[in-house]
Amino acid sequence: MNQKLTRRRFIKGVIASGAAATSTAAWYSATGQERPSGFVERLVRINVNGQVRSVDVEPQETLASTLRYKLGLTGTKLGCNRGECGACTVLVDDVTTYACSVLTHSMKNGRIETVEGLESANGDLHPVQQAFVEELSPQCGYCTPGQVMSAVGLLRANPNPSREEARHAMSGNICRCGSYDSYLDGVMRATELIG
Amino acid sequence: MAYMHIGKDFTPPDVPGKVTGRIKYAEDYTREGMVYARLLTSPIPHARVLDIDASAALAMDGVIGILTADDVYPDGEPQSTGLKILTNEPTLVGEPILALAAVDEKTAESAIAQISVTFERLPFVLDPLDSLQPGGADAYNGGNTFVFRQGFAEEKWTADQVASFRAGNEPTAEPQQTVEYGDLDAAFGESSYVYEGTFTNAGYPHHSMEPRSALAYWEDGKLYLHGGSQSLTAFADGIAGIIGVPKEDLVFVNAATGGGFGQRARAGSVPVYAVPAKLSQKINRPVMMRATREEEFTLGGARQGLTGWIKVGFKPDGVMAACDLWIVSDNGGKGGGADAYSAADCISVLYQADAVRFRGTAIGTNTAHRGAQRGPGQNQIAPIISPILDVAADELGVSRLDIRKINAAMTGDVGGPQRTPFTSAYMPEALEQAATEFDWEGRQSRRRQTNGSKVIGLGIGQGYHNAGRSGMDGIVMMGADGRLKIHNGVGNLGTYSYASTSRAAAEVLQMPWESCDIITGRTDLHLPITSPQDGSNSIFTNTRTCYGAAQDMLTKMKEIAATDLGGDPADYDISNERVHQIADESVGYSYAQVAQRAIELGGKYTGSAELPEELAEWTQIAVSRLEGTGFMGIFHDPRHEGNPPGFTVTACEIELDKETGKIDILEMISIGEAGTIMHPKGMDNQLVGGAVWGIGLSVYERHLYDPQNGLPASTGYWQSKVPTYLDTPLKIETGWVDLPDPENPVGARGIGEPSMGSVSAALTAAITDALDGHIFGASPITADMIINHVAGTSEEAVPLAQNNFRG
Repeated sequence: MNQKLTRRRFIKGVIASGAAATSTAAWYSATGQERPSGFVERLVRINVNGQVRSVDVEPQETLASTLRYKLGLTGTKLGCNRGECGACTVLVDDVTTYACSVLTHSMKNGRIETVEGLESANGDLHPVQQAFVEELSPQCGYCTPGQVMSAVGLLRANPNPSREEARHAMSGNICRCGSYDSYLDGVMRATELIG
Repeated sequence: MAYMHIGKDFTPPDVPGKVTGRIKYAEDYTREGMVYARLLTSPIPHARVLDIDASAALAMDGVIGILTADDVYPDGEPQSTGLKILTNEPTLVGEPILALAAVDEKTAESAIAQISVTFERLPFVLDPLDSLQPGGADAYNGGNTFVFRQGFAEEKWTADQVASFRAGNEPTAEPQQTVEYGDLDAAFGESSYVYEGTFTNAGYPHHSMEPRSALAYWEDGKLYLHGGSQSLTAFADGIAGIIGVPKEDLVFVNAATGGGFGQRARAGSVPVYAVPAKLSQKINRPVMMRATREEEFTLGGARQGLTGWIKVGFKPDGVMAACDLWIVSDNGGKGGGADAYSAADCISVLYQADAVRFRGTAIGTNTAHRGAQRGPGQNQIAPIISPILDVAADELGVSRLDIRKINAAMTGDVGGPQRTPFTSAYMPEALEQAATEFDWEGRQSRRRQTNGSKVIGLGIGQGYHNAGRSGMDGIVMMGADGRLKIHNGVGNLGTYSYASTSRAAAEVLQMPWESCDIITGRTDLHLPITSPQDGSNSIFTNTRTCYGAAQDMLTKMKEIAATDLGGDPADYDISNERVHQIADESVGYSYAQVAQRAIELGGKYTGSAELPEELAEWTQIAVSRLEGTGFMGIFHDPRHEGNPPGFTVTACEIELDKETGKIDILEMISIGEAGTIMHPKGMDNQLVGGAVWGIGLSVYERHLYDPQNGLPASTGYWQSKVPTYLDTPLKIETGWVDLPDPENPVGARGIGEPSMGSVSAALTAAITDALDGHIFGASPITADMIINHVAGTSEEAVPLAQNNFRG
């Protein structure tokens, strides 16, 4: 079974990290656009899509903010910024993770993958992306990068899930368009493409 | 009819961008020198701003400027309901009071905390029936209702009238609106079964995935606005007026929209986009305004809540003789829509009742602003009426399928209080197809089977929305490369109708899809006006315009070929991207050649002459900028006759646990009846997406407010209870009738909204079935309500309550 980020795991993670962007105030803090007086600016090296990137990160900055606003990786979407919707899902060491709910400082030793990192060097889509295209899984598409990353995480942990297993593994990703059925069709198609 | 494109699957061009994250939504853009706006919103549900002291904030480093209601309404705020850009008279928590721009959001937020706003608190109300009570608070400054062309008014009932309604009786107050047809008394006199009872539909938020962030900047005298909308040109046309910028000076950039569901179709629903636009104009910097999930709840609004009384009579053979409907609508803090009327219209259409009367009154509450949400009205009444049909069927000894067949709309019938004929209607076929594919008859032996505390319920239901408009414009262009450029002003909110309607143009010209480009995503690409993309209309409306523009180009192609190559235009046909003589296919032009000739000839061939007189102003601007740049096909769509309906039928089997109130949907099938199917996978998406919305409406989605302080409690997905993967069936089967509509050139009609109503109708019917015919008269039917019913206690915490817990 995929090591899906469960609510319990998320809460434990929040407690451990000491912060989560669950309030409006925290959201602005999390964007990391201002440095507290007296704080010594520091660069953090994080591994994103196979590249080590040095980035200036605030202590309270979430990974989603770093990816979107520091590194320009806007494929990672913010739907709720409080761990409810899954639009910001990325992989950290192959584990699906809500990027809005982890601090970038806690990622220094992690291998982060975003939707931008899935295509092969020659531009071929990842089988999950290809399957989602073939099955017309997205509707509005805003949740799609998160759905893609959850499916990739699932298939790495379990290359041949049943539809029921896939449904549970994907259940941390909301699709307001209600395209769940089409996403599950996509996941099952991806298992065929992966072989 | 054998089509080249119609009815065939394809990959819309934006899909790869969605799976790779490359497609850009409004908040994904940046601009050199961009600053950030934050909103100061009302913390209380009803107030008047007496004073704003922003001096401390404006003195802070990094703060650039503020925008207030006095700035945007120098002559005073509009004295009407409807959303305002900013206001000094908030009527709901979260309504924007002012905006502040700073170098970053944290500075902006810190500065807003330094602004002192003095409010005069005003009484607030959360339930329309509480407002109707003698002495009940009024939601607006000047009353609790707004009368068109007359202004605000205060409406009160007697305490006995309110109490009697809450007790389940027909309202005795004078309604604001009455519409009826047929002889109601005579029709009830013919009835051998009459149901009478009250009902409640909770309103609930749209909660689109993409919060309505926007970026605006002024450059070379033009306003560039990046935002999300359901419509493209129709939205831009409207927002230009709200901002106060000439249409020709607005560039609206909107390649993708993260959901709409009715509340981003028209600019009046998103006036907040004027905030970054006006702030940018004031401070002369690009302004990004990011919205949070909580702000999206407030800015995004909600479906109207309905509190009603219904009386339905059936003849001995199951024919619906009469329906009498009285609805008090919850108009929220900023006015609402016409959901209640649409509910009555829907009953008339779907069940062809001999006589219908609708009476309605709309009352404001200090809750979310209300507006269109997927099937506004039609989909609230669907879960109310469907169980009533089932109980009537059981009482009359008619099968639950047959009572729907007996009353089904078909071609030649009329519907609604206006008695409008359908352009076509194939509801009997849809019912039959759903019943067959679901094995409805075979499953009847499972009805009400029990397994411990669990019981099986079967339900079948119907959905309807009128699904088509006309009167819009179409433009196609072709350059000397022979590629067809289809200029499409339909928005991109995930239905892919911007692409599937474009295929009607490719169909006319028998153009390989690979040789076509859809020109869309930003208005400076010169797009024609379209109808707002709401009301399930796009497929019908814009296949007509795309088809018409391509027909114009085809006619011109034949004219040019005949002029140059001899013969009459009627002697020519097209194939393989050539226009050629029918008698001798070697005599002709390739599309590239004919386009080159059109450009050389100019005049009507390049948009310089003989344009349709009725083109909308927006289209005229687009044409003036395209003039002379290529071979143009242009079309203004005349009005169509009749009501093009979108119909769906859903059947489902559920397992209801009487101990927990939990419902598992074991199997579900939805059948669409939307004329010719343009895009099967797109159709499938609309059916399954509508199903999830129908499930949310029926048993999950909520709209909660703190009664003491009027604070919203459904600001997130979790509290609002948007359905997840685990709340929906493992697989939703779909299908479609696929018979053409004569009022559309390719036979197509829309489907997005009824797909939700039929699911809600079927699901609540299944719940009623599992509970031996008990009618809740409510949506949602929560687990608490089911448990309360099984326990024999009062089902609802407060009878007919809005914006409150249900069970």
